[in-house]
Amino acid sequence: MAMTSSDRTMRGAAAIVGVADAASPTGVLDLHGRALEAAMVRAALDDAGLTLDDVDGVCHTNSSMQLAEYLGIHPNFTDSTNTGGSSFEVHAEHAAAAINAGVCDVVVSVYAATPRGDRGRGTARPRPQPQGEDPRAEWEAPYGLRMPMGPYALAASRHMAMYGTTSEHLAQIAVSTREWAARNPSARYRDPLTIDDVLASPMQSSPLHLLDCCLVTDGAGAFVMTSAERARSLAKPPVYVLGAGTCHDHLMITQMPDLATTPGVQSGQAAFSMAGVTPAQVDVLEAYDSFTITALLHLEDLGFCPKGEGGPYVMDGKLGPGGSLPTNTNGGGLSYTHPGMYGMFLIVEAVRQLRGEGGDRQVPGAEIAVAHGSGMVLSCMSTLVLGTEATL
Amino acid sequence: MTEDATPTVKRFEPPIGTASAPFWEATRDKRLLLPWCTACERPLWYPREVCPRCLDSAIEWREASGRGRVYAVTVDYKPQNPALAALGPYAVVLVELDEGVRLLGNMVGGDPEEVAVGMAVAVTWEPLSDGHHLVQFERAEP
Repeated sequence: MAMTSSDRTMRGAAAIVGVADAASPTGVLDLHGRALEAAMVRAALDDAGLTLDDVDGVCHTNSSMQLAEYLGIHPNFTDSTNTGGSSFEVHAEHAAAAINAGVCDVVVSVYAATPRGDRGRGTARPRPQPQGEDPRAEWEAPYGLRMPMGPYALAASRHMAMYGTTSEHLAQIAVSTREWAARNPSARYRDPLTIDDVLASPMQSSPLHLLDCCLVTDGAGAFVMTSAERARSLAKPPVYVLGAGTCHDHLMITQMPDLATTPGVQSGQAAFSMAGVTPAQVDVLEAYDSFTITALLHLEDLGFCPKGEGGPYVMDGKLGPGGSLPTNTNGGGLSYTHPGMYGMFLIVEAVRQLRGEGGDRQVPGAEIAVAHGSGMVLSCMSTLVLGTEATL
Repeated sequence: MTEDATPTVKRFEPPIGTASAPFWEATRDKRLLLPWCTACERPLWYPREVCPRCLDSAIEWREASGRGRVYAVTVDYKPQNPALAALGPYAVVLVELDEGVRLLGNMVGGDPEEVAVGMAVAVTWEPLSDGHHLVQFERAEP
Protein backbone atom coordinates (compact mmCIF):
# COMPACT_ATOMS: atom_id res chain seq x y z
CA MET A 1 0.00 0.00 0.00
CA ALA A 2 1.56 3.26 -1.10
CA MET A 3 1.84 5.96 1.54
CA THR A 4 1.07 9.61 1.02
CA SER A 5 3.29 12.48 2.06
CA SER A 6 1.18 12.95 5.19
CA ASP A 7 2.38 9.51 6.30
CA ARG A 8 6.01 10.61 6.38
CA THR A 9 6.05 11.65 10.02
CA MET A 10 8.69 9.04 10.82
CA ARG A 11 11.10 10.22 8.12
CA GLY A 12 14.41 11.19 9.70
CA ALA A 13 13.06 10.91 13.25
CA ALA A 14 15.48 8.17 14.30
CA ALA A 15 19.06 7.34 13.42
CA ILE A 16 21.38 4.38 13.65
CA VAL A 17 24.29 5.54 15.77
CA GLY A 18 26.22 2.37 16.52
CA VAL A 19 26.99 -0.81 14.62
CA ALA A 20 29.19 -3.85 15.04
CA ASP A 21 29.63 -7.15 13.30
CA ALA A 22 31.91 -10.15 13.47
CA ALA A 23 32.85 -12.69 10.80
CA SER A 24 36.01 -14.52 9.90
CA PRO A 25 37.70 -15.80 6.73
CA THR A 26 37.79 -19.17 8.47
CA GLY A 27 34.02 -19.07 8.87
CA VAL A 28 34.45 -19.77 12.57
CA LEU A 29 34.31 -17.35 15.51
CA ASP A 30 35.80 -18.00 18.94
CA LEU A 31 32.84 -16.72 20.94
CA HIS A 32 29.30 -18.03 20.67
CA GLY A 33 25.88 -17.68 22.23
CA ARG A 34 25.15 -14.88 24.70
CA ALA A 35 28.84 -14.07 25.14
CA LEU A 36 29.07 -13.28 21.42
CA GLU A 37 25.86 -11.27 21.57
CA ALA A 38 27.13 -9.33 24.58
CA ALA A 39 30.37 -8.56 22.75
CA MET A 40 28.36 -7.22 19.81
CA VAL A 41 26.15 -5.08 22.07
CA ARG A 42 29.22 -3.67 23.78
CA ALA A 43 30.98 -2.95 20.47
CA ALA A 44 27.92 -1.26 18.97
CA LEU A 45 27.39 0.86 22.10
CA ASP A 46 31.09 1.80 22.11
CA ASP A 47 30.77 2.74 18.44
CA ALA A 48 27.91 5.07 19.38
CA GLY A 49 29.54 6.47 22.51
CA LEU A 50 26.71 5.08 24.65
CA THR A 51 26.58 2.59 27.54
CA LEU A 52 24.19 -0.13 28.63
CA ASP A 53 22.63 2.35 31.09
CA ASP A 54 21.35 4.34 28.11
CA VAL A 55 19.49 1.38 26.60
CA ASP A 56 15.73 1.30 27.16
CA GLY A 57 14.71 -0.87 24.23
CA VAL A 58 15.81 -4.33 23.07
CA CYS A 59 15.11 -6.47 20.02
CA HIS A 60 15.95 -10.13 19.58
CA THR A 61 14.67 -12.79 17.21
CA ASN A 62 14.31 -15.38 19.95
CA SER A 63 13.50 -13.73 23.26
CA SER A 64 14.13 -10.06 23.92
CA MET A 65 13.19 -10.83 27.54
CA GLN A 66 15.90 -13.44 27.95
CA LEU A 67 18.44 -11.15 26.32
CA ALA A 68 17.51 -8.22 28.58
CA GLU A 69 17.73 -10.44 31.64
CA TYR A 70 21.19 -11.62 30.62
CA LEU A 71 22.32 -8.04 30.06
CA GLY A 72 20.71 -6.97 33.34
CA ILE A 73 18.62 -4.21 31.80
CA HIS A 74 14.94 -3.28 32.23
CA PRO A 75 13.72 -1.99 28.88
CA ASN A 76 10.49 -0.11 28.16
CA PHE A 77 10.41 -1.31 24.57
CA THR A 78 10.73 -5.01 23.81
CA ASP A 79 10.48 -6.76 20.44
CA SER A 80 10.95 -10.48 19.79
CA THR A 81 9.76 -10.34 16.20
CA ASN A 82 11.16 -13.14 14.06
CA THR A 83 10.49 -12.95 10.34
CA GLY A 84 13.61 -14.93 9.47
CA GLY A 85 16.42 -13.11 7.72
CA SER A 86 14.50 -9.83 7.48
CA SER A 87 13.97 -9.68 11.25
CA PHE A 88 16.52 -6.93 11.79
CA GLU A 89 15.05 -4.60 9.19
CA VAL A 90 11.71 -5.15 10.94
CA HIS A 91 13.37 -4.44 14.30
CA ALA A 92 14.79 -1.21 12.88
CA GLU A 93 11.37 -0.22 11.53
CA HIS A 94 9.69 -0.94 14.87
CA ALA A 95 12.45 0.80 16.82
CA ALA A 96 12.24 3.92 14.64
CA ALA A 97 8.46 4.03 15.09
CA ALA A 98 8.75 3.55 18.85
CA ILE A 99 11.44 6.24 19.17
CA ASN A 100 9.39 8.58 17.02
CA ALA A 101 6.36 7.94 19.24
CA GLY A 102 8.34 8.66 22.39
CA VAL A 103 8.02 5.12 23.73
CA CYS A 104 11.78 4.74 24.20
CA ASP A 105 15.06 6.47 23.46
CA VAL A 106 17.86 3.99 22.76
CA VAL A 107 17.16 0.61 21.15
CA VAL A 108 19.62 -2.24 20.62
CA SER A 109 19.08 -5.19 18.27
CA VAL A 110 21.60 -8.01 18.33
CA TYR A 111 22.15 -11.30 16.51
CA ALA A 112 24.65 -14.13 16.77
CA ALA A 113 24.71 -17.58 15.22
CA THR A 114 27.62 -19.97 14.96
CA PRO A 115 26.59 -22.97 12.85
CA ARG A 116 30.22 -23.86 12.03
CA GLY A 117 31.62 -23.47 15.52
CA ASP A 118 28.66 -25.43 16.88
CA ARG A 119 29.69 -28.41 14.77
CA GLY A 120 33.12 -28.37 16.40
CA ARG A 121 31.55 -28.11 19.85
CA GLY A 122 29.11 -30.89 19.07
CA THR A 123 26.19 -28.55 19.78
CA ALA A 124 24.93 -28.24 16.20
CA ARG A 125 21.25 -29.01 15.92
CA PRO A 126 19.64 -30.54 12.83
CA ARG A 127 17.07 -28.45 11.01
CA PRO A 128 13.86 -29.32 12.85
CA GLN A 129 11.22 -31.22 10.89
CA PRO A 130 7.80 -29.61 11.16
CA GLN A 131 5.58 -31.57 13.53
CA GLY A 132 1.98 -31.82 14.61
CA GLU A 133 -0.67 -29.62 13.03
CA ASP A 134 1.81 -27.72 10.93
CA PRO A 135 0.73 -27.28 7.31
CA ARG A 136 4.37 -27.56 6.29
CA ALA A 137 4.50 -31.08 7.74
CA GLU A 138 1.26 -32.04 6.07
CA TRP A 139 1.66 -30.56 2.59
CA GLU A 140 5.37 -29.98 1.94
CA ALA A 141 7.66 -32.13 4.09
CA PRO A 142 6.71 -35.50 2.50
CA TYR A 143 8.08 -34.44 -0.86
CA GLY A 144 11.71 -34.01 0.08
CA LEU A 145 11.96 -30.37 -1.00
CA ARG A 146 15.46 -29.51 0.15
CA MET A 147 15.54 -26.71 2.72
CA PRO A 148 16.24 -23.93 2.36
CA MET A 149 17.33 -24.01 -1.30
CA GLY A 150 14.36 -25.97 -2.68
CA PRO A 151 11.82 -23.14 -2.42
CA TYR A 152 14.26 -20.68 -4.01
CA ALA A 153 14.94 -23.19 -6.77
CA LEU A 154 11.21 -23.34 -7.48
CA ALA A 155 11.12 -19.55 -7.69
CA ALA A 156 14.12 -19.54 -10.02
CA SER A 157 12.51 -22.12 -12.30
CA ARG A 158 9.36 -20.04 -12.46
CA HIS A 159 11.30 -16.84 -13.21
CA MET A 160 13.28 -18.59 -15.95
CA ALA A 161 10.12 -19.97 -17.55
CA MET A 162 8.27 -16.65 -17.37
CA TYR A 163 11.05 -14.27 -18.38
CA GLY A 164 13.85 -16.23 -20.02
CA THR A 165 16.25 -15.71 -17.14
CA THR A 166 19.31 -17.96 -17.47
CA SER A 167 21.82 -19.62 -15.18
CA GLU A 168 24.42 -17.21 -16.61
CA HIS A 169 22.35 -14.26 -15.44
CA LEU A 170 22.17 -15.69 -11.94
CA ALA A 171 25.88 -16.54 -11.96
CA GLN A 172 26.79 -12.94 -12.79
CA ILE A 173 25.31 -11.89 -9.45
CA ALA A 174 27.64 -14.30 -7.62
CA VAL A 175 30.58 -13.02 -9.70
CA SER A 176 29.92 -9.32 -8.96
CA THR A 177 29.37 -10.05 -5.27
CA ARG A 178 32.69 -11.90 -5.09
CA GLU A 179 34.43 -8.81 -6.50
CA TRP A 180 33.24 -6.92 -3.43
CA ALA A 181 34.30 -9.72 -1.10
CA ALA A 182 37.83 -9.47 -2.53
CA ARG A 183 37.94 -6.01 -0.89
CA ASN A 184 36.70 -7.21 2.50
CA PRO A 185 39.43 -8.81 4.65
CA SER A 186 36.78 -10.48 6.85
CA ALA A 187 35.07 -12.23 3.95
CA ARG A 188 34.93 -16.00 3.83
CA TYR A 189 35.76 -16.23 0.10
CA ARG A 190 37.85 -13.61 -1.71
CA ASP A 191 39.28 -15.37 -4.76
CA PRO A 192 37.97 -14.17 -8.14
CA LEU A 193 35.03 -16.08 -9.54
CA THR A 194 33.84 -16.52 -13.13
CA ILE A 195 30.45 -17.36 -14.57
CA ASP A 196 31.91 -20.69 -15.69
CA ASP A 197 33.03 -21.40 -12.12
CA VAL A 198 29.45 -20.95 -10.92
CA LEU A 199 27.99 -23.09 -13.69
CA ALA A 200 30.59 -25.82 -13.07
CA SER A 201 29.87 -26.00 -9.33
CA PRO A 202 27.70 -28.96 -8.29
CA MET A 203 23.96 -28.67 -8.86
CA GLN A 204 22.11 -28.56 -5.54
CA SER A 205 18.45 -28.00 -6.28
CA SER A 206 18.14 -27.19 -9.98
CA PRO A 207 18.56 -24.61 -11.35
CA LEU A 208 20.69 -23.53 -8.37
CA HIS A 209 24.35 -24.54 -8.29
CA LEU A 210 26.48 -24.58 -5.16
CA LEU A 211 27.87 -21.12 -5.97
CA ASP A 212 24.34 -19.75 -6.38
CA CYS A 213 23.87 -20.49 -2.69
CA CYS A 214 24.89 -18.47 0.35
CA LEU A 215 27.54 -19.57 2.80
CA VAL A 216 27.14 -21.26 6.15
CA THR A 217 29.42 -19.37 8.54
CA ASP A 218 29.56 -18.05 12.08
CA GLY A 219 28.60 -14.41 12.36
CA ALA A 220 27.17 -11.78 14.65
CA GLY A 221 26.16 -8.15 14.67
CA ALA A 222 24.29 -5.40 16.44
CA PHE A 223 22.92 -1.94 15.82
CA VAL A 224 21.96 0.89 18.16
CA MET A 225 19.25 3.39 17.24
CA THR A 226 18.19 6.60 18.95
CA SER A 227 16.32 9.81 18.20
CA ALA A 228 17.69 12.16 15.57
CA GLU A 229 18.09 14.82 18.24
CA ARG A 230 20.21 12.66 20.53
CA ALA A 231 22.08 11.15 17.58
CA ARG A 232 23.66 14.48 16.73
CA SER A 233 25.50 14.59 20.07
CA LEU A 234 27.04 11.12 19.72
CA ALA A 235 30.35 9.76 18.48
CA LYS A 236 29.67 8.98 14.82
CA PRO A 237 27.76 10.70 12.02
CA PRO A 238 24.10 9.62 12.37
CA VAL A 239 22.58 7.43 9.68
CA TYR A 240 18.93 8.42 9.51
CA VAL A 241 15.97 6.14 8.87
CA LEU A 242 14.33 7.92 5.95
CA GLY A 243 11.82 5.22 5.16
CA ALA A 244 10.78 1.74 6.21
CA GLY A 245 8.27 -0.82 5.01
CA THR A 246 7.46 -4.47 5.58
CA CYS A 247 5.18 -7.01 3.93
CA HIS A 248 4.76 -10.78 4.00
CA ASP A 249 2.47 -12.68 1.67
CA HIS A 250 3.07 -16.31 2.67
CA LEU A 251 5.09 -18.54 4.96
CA MET A 252 5.20 -21.77 2.94
CA ILE A 253 6.56 -21.50 -0.59
CA THR A 254 3.49 -23.35 -1.88
CA GLN A 255 1.34 -20.45 -0.63
CA MET A 256 3.33 -17.70 -2.37
CA PRO A 257 0.91 -15.88 -4.68
CA ASP A 258 3.44 -15.49 -7.53
CA LEU A 259 6.76 -17.30 -7.25
CA ALA A 260 8.44 -14.74 -9.50
CA THR A 261 7.31 -11.68 -7.49
CA THR A 262 8.06 -11.07 -3.80
CA PRO A 263 6.26 -8.85 -1.27
CA GLY A 264 9.31 -6.59 -1.68
CA VAL A 265 7.07 -4.77 -4.15
CA GLN A 266 4.94 -3.60 -1.22
CA SER A 267 7.72 -3.15 1.36
CA GLY A 268 9.82 -1.24 -1.16
CA GLN A 269 7.01 1.07 -2.23
CA ALA A 270 6.20 1.86 1.39
CA ALA A 271 9.83 2.57 2.29
CA PHE A 272 10.65 4.63 -0.81
CA SER A 273 7.42 6.59 -0.47
CA MET A 274 8.08 7.42 3.19
CA ALA A 275 11.63 8.45 2.32
CA GLY A 276 10.60 10.50 -0.71
CA VAL A 277 13.35 8.70 -2.60
CA THR A 278 13.35 6.78 -5.89
CA PRO A 279 15.51 3.77 -6.74
CA ALA A 280 17.52 5.94 -9.15
CA GLN A 281 18.73 8.01 -6.16
CA VAL A 282 20.12 5.01 -4.27
CA ASP A 283 23.93 5.05 -4.02
CA VAL A 284 24.38 1.66 -2.32
CA LEU A 285 22.07 -1.34 -2.23
CA GLU A 286 22.37 -4.03 0.42
CA ALA A 287 19.83 -6.64 -0.69
CA TYR A 288 19.62 -10.04 0.94
CA ASP A 289 21.39 -12.60 -1.25
CA SER A 290 20.53 -15.94 0.30
CA PHE A 291 20.70 -17.20 -3.28
CA THR A 292 21.47 -15.46 -6.55
CA ILE A 293 17.78 -15.60 -7.49
CA THR A 294 16.91 -13.81 -4.24
CA ALA A 295 19.03 -10.80 -5.17
CA LEU A 296 17.66 -10.76 -8.71
CA LEU A 297 14.08 -10.70 -7.45
CA HIS A 298 14.93 -7.76 -5.15
CA LEU A 299 16.30 -5.71 -8.06
CA GLU A 300 13.00 -6.10 -9.91
CA ASP A 301 10.61 -5.85 -7.00
CA LEU A 302 12.27 -2.75 -5.51
CA GLY A 303 12.00 -1.10 -8.92
CA PHE A 304 15.64 -0.90 -9.97
CA CYS A 305 14.61 -2.57 -13.22
CA PRO A 306 11.29 -3.74 -14.67
CA LYS A 307 9.83 -7.13 -13.73
CA GLY A 308 11.45 -9.88 -15.72
CA GLU A 309 14.50 -7.86 -16.80
CA GLY A 310 16.73 -8.57 -13.80
CA GLY A 311 18.85 -11.07 -15.73
CA PRO A 312 19.98 -8.81 -18.58
CA TYR A 313 20.14 -5.88 -16.11
CA VAL A 314 22.99 -7.39 -14.07
CA MET A 315 25.09 -8.67 -16.98
CA ASP A 316 27.19 -5.50 -17.41
CA GLY A 317 28.56 -5.97 -13.90
CA LYS A 318 26.71 -2.96 -12.52
CA LEU A 319 26.34 -4.59 -9.12
CA GLY A 320 30.10 -4.84 -8.63
CA PRO A 321 32.86 -2.34 -7.75
CA GLY A 322 32.76 0.65 -10.09
CA GLY A 323 29.30 -0.34 -11.34
CA SER A 324 26.27 1.93 -11.44
CA LEU A 325 24.45 0.08 -8.64
CA PRO A 326 26.98 -1.05 -6.00
CA THR A 327 25.23 -3.99 -4.35
CA ASN A 328 26.17 -6.13 -1.35
CA THR A 329 29.40 -4.24 -0.92
CA ASN A 330 30.71 -6.41 1.93
CA GLY A 331 30.56 -9.53 -0.24
CA GLY A 332 27.05 -10.46 0.80
CA GLY A 333 25.68 -13.73 2.04
CA LEU A 334 27.22 -15.34 -1.02
CA SER A 335 30.86 -14.51 -0.16
CA TYR A 336 31.15 -12.56 3.13
CA THR A 337 29.16 -14.41 5.78
CA HIS A 338 25.79 -16.10 6.25
CA PRO A 339 25.08 -17.43 9.73
CA GLY A 340 21.38 -18.04 8.98
CA MET A 341 19.63 -14.68 9.34
CA TYR A 342 21.76 -12.27 7.35
CA GLY A 343 19.61 -9.13 7.62
CA MET A 344 21.75 -7.64 10.41
CA PHE A 345 24.78 -7.45 8.12
CA LEU A 346 22.79 -5.52 5.50
CA ILE A 347 22.19 -2.76 8.04
CA VAL A 348 25.74 -2.75 9.39
CA GLU A 349 27.25 -2.46 5.91
CA ALA A 350 24.78 0.23 4.80
CA VAL A 351 25.68 2.30 7.87
CA ARG A 352 29.41 1.89 7.27
CA GLN A 353 29.05 2.96 3.65
CA LEU A 354 27.05 6.07 4.60
CA ARG A 355 29.67 6.97 7.22
CA GLY A 356 32.51 6.54 4.73
CA GLU A 357 33.95 3.65 6.75
CA GLY A 358 33.97 1.19 3.85
CA GLY A 359 37.75 1.10 3.44
CA ASP A 360 38.82 -0.53 0.16
CA ARG A 361 35.19 -1.14 -0.72
CA GLN A 362 33.87 2.36 0.04
CA VAL A 363 31.43 3.70 -2.54
CA PRO A 364 32.57 7.31 -3.02
CA GLY A 365 30.11 9.93 -1.82
CA ALA A 366 27.40 7.49 -0.73
CA GLU A 367 24.47 9.43 0.74
CA ILE A 368 21.49 7.08 0.36
CA ALA A 369 21.57 3.34 1.02
CA VAL A 370 18.87 0.68 1.02
CA ALA A 371 18.97 -2.35 3.31
CA HIS A 372 16.43 -4.87 2.04
CA GLY A 373 15.86 -7.96 4.14
CA SER A 374 14.26 -11.19 2.98
CA GLY A 375 12.91 -13.65 5.49
CA MET A 376 11.98 -17.34 5.49
CA VAL A 377 11.34 -18.53 1.89
CA LEU A 378 10.90 -15.20 0.09
CA SER A 379 8.12 -14.73 2.63
CA CYS A 380 8.70 -11.50 4.55
CA MET A 381 10.39 -8.52 2.95
CA SER A 382 11.44 -5.48 4.93
CA THR A 383 13.03 -2.42 3.37
CA LEU A 384 14.96 0.39 5.03
CA VAL A 385 15.95 3.56 3.19
CA LEU A 386 18.85 5.12 5.10
CA GLY A 387 20.53 8.47 4.55
CA THR A 388 23.19 10.85 5.77
CA GLU A 389 22.57 14.27 7.34
CA ALA A 390 22.64 15.77 3.82
CA THR A 391 19.54 13.76 2.81
CA LEU A 392 17.24 15.12 5.52
CA MET B 1 -7.30 -52.62 3.33
CA THR B 2 -5.42 -51.89 0.17
CA GLU B 3 -3.81 -54.10 -2.39
CA ASP B 4 -1.10 -51.57 -3.20
CA ALA B 5 2.45 -52.76 -2.95
CA THR B 6 4.43 -51.62 0.06
CA PRO B 7 6.30 -48.45 -0.91
CA THR B 8 10.00 -49.04 -1.39
CA VAL B 9 10.90 -45.54 -0.24
CA LYS B 10 10.17 -44.55 3.34
CA ARG B 11 8.96 -41.00 3.40
CA PHE B 12 8.27 -38.47 6.06
CA GLU B 13 4.60 -39.31 6.44
CA PRO B 14 2.27 -36.36 6.82
CA PRO B 15 0.31 -35.76 10.02
CA ILE B 16 -3.45 -35.48 9.40
CA GLY B 17 -4.75 -32.02 10.28
CA THR B 18 -8.21 -31.60 11.78
CA ALA B 19 -9.36 -29.45 8.86
CA SER B 20 -8.15 -31.92 6.25
CA ALA B 21 -9.55 -35.23 7.53
CA PRO B 22 -12.04 -35.57 4.61
CA PHE B 23 -9.23 -35.04 2.13
CA TRP B 24 -7.12 -37.81 3.62
CA GLU B 25 -10.06 -40.18 4.03
CA ALA B 26 -10.82 -39.88 0.29
CA THR B 27 -7.21 -40.72 -0.55
CA ARG B 28 -7.88 -44.23 0.76
CA ASP B 29 -9.90 -44.65 -2.45
CA LYS B 30 -7.45 -42.59 -4.52
CA ARG B 31 -9.96 -39.79 -4.88
CA LEU B 32 -8.78 -36.19 -4.91
CA LEU B 33 -11.13 -33.89 -3.01
CA LEU B 34 -10.67 -30.14 -2.74
CA PRO B 35 -12.28 -27.90 -0.13
CA TRP B 36 -14.54 -25.26 -1.65
CA CYS B 37 -15.93 -22.19 0.06
CA THR B 38 -19.62 -22.19 -0.85
CA ALA B 39 -19.88 -18.48 -0.06
CA CYS B 40 -17.07 -17.50 -2.48
CA GLU B 41 -17.71 -20.47 -4.80
CA ARG B 42 -13.95 -21.00 -5.02
CA PRO B 43 -11.60 -23.78 -3.94
CA LEU B 44 -9.07 -23.13 -1.21
CA TRP B 45 -5.75 -24.79 -0.54
CA TYR B 46 -4.39 -25.92 1.91
CA PRO B 47 -7.51 -27.09 3.77
CA ARG B 48 -8.60 -24.75 6.55
CA GLU B 49 -11.49 -24.59 9.00
CA VAL B 50 -12.55 -21.32 7.36
CA CYS B 51 -12.19 -19.71 3.94
CA PRO B 52 -9.11 -17.43 3.88
CA ARG B 53 -10.98 -14.92 1.78
CA CYS B 54 -14.26 -14.50 3.68
CA LEU B 55 -13.67 -16.44 6.95
CA ASP B 56 -16.89 -18.34 6.33
CA SER B 57 -16.84 -21.93 7.61
CA ALA B 58 -19.19 -23.27 4.92
CA ILE B 59 -16.59 -25.59 3.39
CA GLU B 60 -17.74 -28.28 0.98
CA TRP B 61 -15.56 -31.10 -0.34
CA ARG B 62 -15.76 -31.61 -4.09
CA GLU B 63 -14.04 -34.08 -6.37
CA ALA B 64 -11.25 -32.52 -8.41
CA SER B 65 -10.13 -33.18 -11.96
CA GLY B 66 -6.72 -34.34 -10.84
CA ARG B 67 -5.22 -32.58 -13.84
CA GLY B 68 -3.02 -29.55 -14.04
CA ARG B 69 0.24 -28.05 -15.20
CA VAL B 70 3.67 -27.71 -13.69
CA TYR B 71 3.90 -24.21 -12.21
CA ALA B 72 7.49 -24.57 -10.93
CA VAL B 73 9.96 -27.42 -10.69
CA THR B 74 13.26 -28.27 -9.05
CA VAL B 75 15.34 -31.41 -9.19
CA ASP B 76 16.95 -32.23 -5.86
CA TYR B 77 20.38 -33.75 -6.35
CA LYS B 78 21.33 -34.07 -2.71
CA PRO B 79 18.28 -35.31 -0.79
CA GLN B 80 18.26 -34.14 2.83
CA ASN B 81 16.07 -37.02 3.88
CA PRO B 82 18.27 -40.15 3.87
CA ALA B 83 15.16 -42.21 3.17
CA LEU B 84 14.82 -40.47 -0.20
CA ALA B 85 18.48 -40.87 -1.19
CA ALA B 86 17.69 -44.17 -2.92
CA LEU B 87 15.52 -42.29 -5.40
CA GLY B 88 18.53 -40.53 -6.89
CA PRO B 89 17.81 -37.06 -8.28
CA TYR B 90 14.05 -36.49 -8.08
CA ALA B 91 11.77 -33.72 -9.27
CA VAL B 92 9.68 -31.70 -6.85
CA VAL B 93 6.88 -29.95 -8.70
CA LEU B 94 4.45 -27.26 -7.72
CA VAL B 95 1.39 -28.06 -9.82
CA GLU B 96 -1.45 -25.69 -10.59
CA LEU B 97 -4.57 -27.83 -10.85
CA ASP B 98 -7.24 -26.96 -13.41
CA GLU B 99 -9.32 -25.77 -10.43
CA GLY B 100 -6.69 -23.05 -9.77
CA VAL B 101 -5.04 -24.24 -6.55
CA ARG B 102 -1.39 -25.30 -6.32
CA LEU B 103 -0.22 -28.59 -4.77
CA LEU B 104 3.31 -29.81 -4.21
CA GLY B 105 4.33 -33.27 -5.33
CA ASN B 106 7.02 -35.41 -6.89
CA MET B 107 7.03 -36.47 -10.51
CA VAL B 108 6.70 -40.23 -10.78
CA GLY B 109 8.30 -41.95 -13.78
CA GLY B 110 10.37 -40.42 -16.54
CA ASP B 111 13.52 -38.36 -16.44
CA PRO B 112 13.29 -35.73 -13.70
CA GLU B 113 15.49 -33.38 -15.71
CA GLU B 114 12.91 -33.29 -18.52
CA VAL B 115 10.16 -31.94 -16.30
CA ALA B 116 9.41 -28.38 -17.39
CA VAL B 117 7.17 -25.53 -16.33
CA GLY B 118 3.91 -25.77 -18.27
CA MET B 119 4.03 -29.55 -18.66
CA ALA B 120 0.60 -31.24 -18.39
CA VAL B 121 0.37 -33.62 -15.43
CA ALA B 122 -2.17 -35.82 -13.69
CA VAL B 123 -2.46 -36.97 -10.10
CA THR B 124 -1.17 -40.39 -9.21
CA TRP B 125 -1.11 -41.98 -5.79
CA GLU B 126 1.62 -43.30 -3.54
CA PRO B 127 0.54 -45.57 -0.70
CA LEU B 128 1.31 -44.51 2.85
CA SER B 129 1.74 -46.92 5.73
CA ASP B 130 -1.70 -46.16 7.26
CA GLY B 131 -3.80 -46.81 4.16
CA HIS B 132 -3.91 -43.18 3.07
CA HIS B 133 -2.28 -42.18 -0.18
CA LEU B 134 0.05 -39.33 -0.97
CA VAL B 135 -0.68 -37.07 -3.95
CA GLN B 136 1.98 -37.46 -6.62
CA PHE B 137 2.07 -36.45 -10.27
CA GLU B 138 2.87 -38.07 -13.58
CA ARG B 139 3.14 -36.70 -17.08
CA ALA B 140 -0.17 -36.53 -18.94
CA GLU B 141 -1.30 -35.84 -22.48
CA PRO B 142 -1.79 -32.09 -22.92
